[in-house]
Amino acid sequence: MASVLYAVFVGPFKDMASSPSFLIEVLLGGIATGLMYSLVALGFVLIFKASGVFNFAQGVMVLFAALTLVGLMEKGLPVPIALLVTMAVMILLAFAIERVVLRPLVNQEQIILFMATIGLNFFLEGFGEMLWGANVKRLDVGIPDRSVMLVGIQVNQLEMSAAGTAAVLVTVLAVFFQRTRIGRALRAVADDHEAALSIGIPLKTIWIIVWSVAGLVALVAGVMWGAKSGVQFSLSLIALKALPVLILGGFTSVPGAVVGGLIIGVGEKLGEVYWGPLVGGAIENWFAYVVALVFLLFRPQGLFGEKIIERV
Amino acid sequence: MIYREAGQFKTSYSADQAIFPIVQDRVVVVVAIVAAFVVPTVVADEYWLQAVLIPFLIYSLAALGLNLLTGYAGQLSLGTGGFMAVGGYAAFKLTTAFPQLNIIVVFLLAGLIAAGVGLLFGIPSLRIKGFYLAVATLAAQFFLIWLFNKVPWFTNYASSGTITAPPRSVFGVIITGPNATAEARYVTVLALVAVFALIAKNLVRGRVGRAWMAIRDRDIAAEIIGVRPMRTKLLAFGISSFYCGLAGAEYVFLYLGSAETLAFDINLSFLVLFMVIIGGLGSVLGSFLGAAFIVLVPIFLTNVPHMIGLALPVALMKQIELMVFGGLIIFFLIVEPHGLARLWQITKEKLRLWPFPH
Repeated sequence: MASVLYAVFVGPFKDMASSPSFLIEVLLGGIATGLMYSLVALGFVLIFKASGVFNFAQGVMVLFAALTLVGLMEKGLPVPIALLVTMAVMILLAFAIERVVLRPLVNQEQIILFMATIGLNFFLEGFGEMLWGANVKRLDVGIPDRSVMLVGIQVNQLEMSAAGTAAVLVTVLAVFFQRTRIGRALRAVADDHEAALSIGIPLKTIWIIVWSVAGLVALVAGVMWGAKSGVQFSLSLIALKALPVLILGGFTSVPGAVVGGLIIGVGEKLGEVYWGPLVGGAIENWFAYVVALVFLLFRPQGLFGEKIIERV
Repeated sequence: MIYREAGQFKTSYSADQAIFPIVQDRVVVVVAIVAAFVVPTVVADEYWLQAVLIPFLIYSLAALGLNLLTGYAGQLSLGTGGFMAVGGYAAFKLTTAFPQLNIIVVFLLAGLIAAGVGLLFGIPSLRIKGFYLAVATLAAQFFLIWLFNKVPWFTNYASSGTITAPPRSVFGVIITGPNATAEARYVTVLALVAVFALIAKNLVRGRVGRAWMAIRDRDIAAEIIGVRPMRTKLLAFGISSFYCGLAGAEYVFLYLGSAETLAFDINLSFLVLFMVIIGGLGSVLGSFLGAAFIVLVPIFLTNVPHMIGLALPVALMKQIELMVFGGLIIFFLIVEPHGLARLWQITKEKLRLWPFPH
């Protein structure tokens, strides 16, 4: 019993203290992965904020964007044009989703909309694979997936640039939300649909914009994850990794998605490296959920979620 | 003209509160149950029993379990696959440890074990609501599957990591294992499903069901009028998990024959949730309709191209199937968000008035 307690509560910390540079490497790796989770979680948050839809298809949108980009590049289009065309495709997709799925389902319960996005998930998965094939594709963005030594610590170039991109994207989104006219309209819709409608904010346009932005965020996430692990079906499963990030940060908070991503990324890496061997490894599938669950027990609305006020 | 309650006077409370107050309904239900026992065992071939009817019934039971939790008590859960896995693995461990124990008893015990696990994972529901809870139940899903994969004790140290149903018999008829006939397995599944559907139907129209619905509709108001949220929610998780665990045990023993954790992954959870939503949230009949829909659509989609003489490559077929399946779900949600059970209700209303418009 004592040895078990020792192995759980003392051993890992001794390991951490004994080689600080390795600990820093683990932490950096965790931060980088965490930011990449944030990228996926951001797409969820944007859509949930503006339309109250819990968009399960976000993961497949990431896959779809990456597949389209790679497919176009394989057709021989230069990278910038392929990127632009993919962006256009994602915006087109937003229009289609608003027209075909959201508009007929206006005012339905949240769970119905959630189910509809799972249907969308299946549809896009089949559609993407039909268009571009189901085999694993390599996506080369010109950044080598190599580690370099930086002041005595190994850092992965690709992960670092992904982290940088994520940071830039979050800043741009924050400015977009806080400073522009459309951003203000988006926040108004997020606060209160009906009030926003009554002062003349066009709800349909807002939804299209939000889904387009989520599509573009999905494209960025798709490029980053695709460059890291190849463009393939399993890419859509990172949506499942983004969910704990989401509940940890709160469904409605952009900063929450980032902070949540960092906590989950770092927690997961630490757990995997220091505590994983105790139980035979491969714990990353559920460890993030447990971390999120523990946080939720103390703050049921997530770290940055709006306070839940209940009235009868 | 035929479906009409005119002239059926209720002269006692028990008649008024009967489970099927209209004579025609009673007749239809009894005929349907008898027909379900007799017709397929005589008419249906091995393929129909194995590929359509048995999975349909087992999915119905799982959908019923989830419907109790999500449709009646309003707690969205994505951990169904995990709870079904608990049932399957518990039944396997029990029947290999106590071979002389009647297999039906083993199934019920496996359900009870699943109920215990469900109670445990239901505890967060006391604090967390809505989609937060749904994501939290995913923790159950991933953790349980990981556990069964990692701990070889659950599979009796089988090197392949699969659990295989050993031959067991009831009343001298072999109902599990490779030598069990499809008919025997079908009748067993049907009997269990019929009994537990009846129990569920009675649960939801009684005190427990009312408490669940009160919690679902407005939990704070329910608390104020004296429904205890903790007991009610945990009871919903427990009973729902019992049904799912029972379905999981049947899934391994009476349908698949042998299984590994892959059979219980997240897709199974979503599949069962689809059944509940397409069938109708908060409807016992809906669970059956939804299960029928989800079982039949893929079979239909696979066979249609053959029928119209279209030969497509397998990969393309698979992708088209996915697209049509996804499209159908969206279509159904748009046309009738309250599910197939609601369509049936509308049909009944129409039948009552027919042939007059009002």
